[in-house]
Amino acid sequence: MVRIGVLAIQGDVREHLAHLRALGVDAVPVRSAEAVQSVDGLILPGGESTTIGMLMQEYGVDQAILSRRQAEALPMWGTCAGTILLAREVHGWSPARLGLMDIAVDRNAYGRQLASFEVAVPIPVLGEPPFPAVFIRAPRITRLGPGVRALASHDGSVVMAEADDLLVTTFHPEMTPDRRVHAYFVDMVAHRRRPRQ
Amino acid sequence: MTEAAGQNPTAEKRTGTFTVKAGLAEMLKGGVIMDVTTPEQAVIAERAGAVAVMALERVPADIRAAGGVARMADPRVVKEIMAAVSIPVMAKVRIGHFVEAQVLEALEVDYIDESEVLTPADDQYHIDKWAFKVPFVCGARDLGEALRRIAEGAAMIRTKGEPGTGNVVEAVRHLRAMNRQIRQVVATPDADLPDLAKELRAPLELVRRVKELGRLPVVNFSAGGIATPADAALMMQLGADGIFVGSGIFKSKNPEARARAIVRATLHYNDPKVIAEVSEDIGEAMPGIDVALLTAAERMQERGY
Repeated sequence: MVRIGVLAIQGDVREHLAHLRALGVDAVPVRSAEAVQSVDGLILPGGESTTIGMLMQEYGVDQAILSRRQAEALPMWGTCAGTILLAREVHGWSPARLGLMDIAVDRNAYGRQLASFEVAVPIPVLGEPPFPAVFIRAPRITRLGPGVRALASHDGSVVMAEADDLLVTTFHPEMTPDRRVHAYFVDMVAHRRRPRQ
Repeated sequence: MTEAAGQNPTAEKRTGTFTVKAGLAEMLKGGVIMDVTTPEQAVIAERAGAVAVMALERVPADIRAAGGVARMADPRVVKEIMAAVSIPVMAKVRIGHFVEAQVLEALEVDYIDESEVLTPADDQYHIDKWAFKVPFVCGARDLGEALRRIAEGAAMIRTKGEPGTGNVVEAVRHLRAMNRQIRQVVATPDADLPDLAKELRAPLELVRRVKELGRLPVVNFSAGGIATPADAALMMQLGADGIFVGSGIFKSKNPEARARAIVRATLHYNDPKVIAEVSEDIGEAMPGIDVALLTAAERMQERGY
């Protein structure tokens, strides 16, 4: 069984853990540098990216993730705030982050809470029906690097993308009963947890 | 309620849905929301790790001291605070004052707190929160009150405590009452739920939902009297989803240090070593008030129905 961690500093940790467990995954909250060592994959959940980034750095979780990834594959998935933490480039003021994925993002680019929305987004890799996507003060991906593959778009912007063993969604699959994106990530983890060649 | 999301996905973009409203509160879980009265304070709060700020003209302790009628803040104060930080900004309206709420919605604040800290504008009705696209948080002292507010459209609850006192006793009482009643709902056979709903003065449908989930159907923060890192961790250990700190930070001797400490104690609420570490040398807490010495008229928690 694969073991997937959810960075549990703040945000919708509970929902990610519940979805993973419903898929038969050994899902654990990750709060410390040590806990990073024990998982095959890691989810960076939605929440406030400033808070999560700052505390992740203070407790050495960011360094633990970076050094673990130098030694072996550690598939990671960022949702919303998690996308910001994974992005190499952030427009304007940026929180502390990992910067692992060659994308640029604009924080809260859709506007304030009044502009938060839900919509069904077609995601070809998941098949039919379109995915019920919830966007909460979401970031917008403004640039994809050469190695990054767009998996879904809405309103002219990429909202889901992957690069090697990294996945990002600017929406919140953990907030709906549809577990297809979680299943997609579990699959990524199951196939890539062997040490890199 | 959020589980209802995605039942009828449409290709058409929808804003202001309950999923989207409750969703922002979900993102704040495990965090600290701080009362601020100036852009400078808002920046201090954000740099200390607050997940959101509550913009107001006076913190509850000062409202208490000033007396008179307490109202929604000057829109300029709210706008300046919104411009100063990138985290969500909340602001308070008087209970039942739906025009103050319309004003805050026009300013595009991220959350509206229909709050007993301000002087109530209506002694019979709370705001019909379904009429708004901006989400609302409301105070509650027990499960029935929380479910009545959710029935009116509140997408987030905070237990009331007694604001502006720096005394955590009422916050504890209200969260314990909520927990006790939730356990009671869970243990009650389905056939007896209608009677229990009547007793709680809450809609049956929501009482059923509580039984199914074993918790409130929306996020529940703790508020009203939290002044120290240990207070915050206490409320988290009792089951709060997160913490509101009103006067506790900016009425203390060293707001910056205290704000940082409360954020870290909220994250590591189960780790007494961390709580000890962050509690060290953060200056004096705000002066407290013995809640038992407050007269009925001075108790803010009794406002609302």
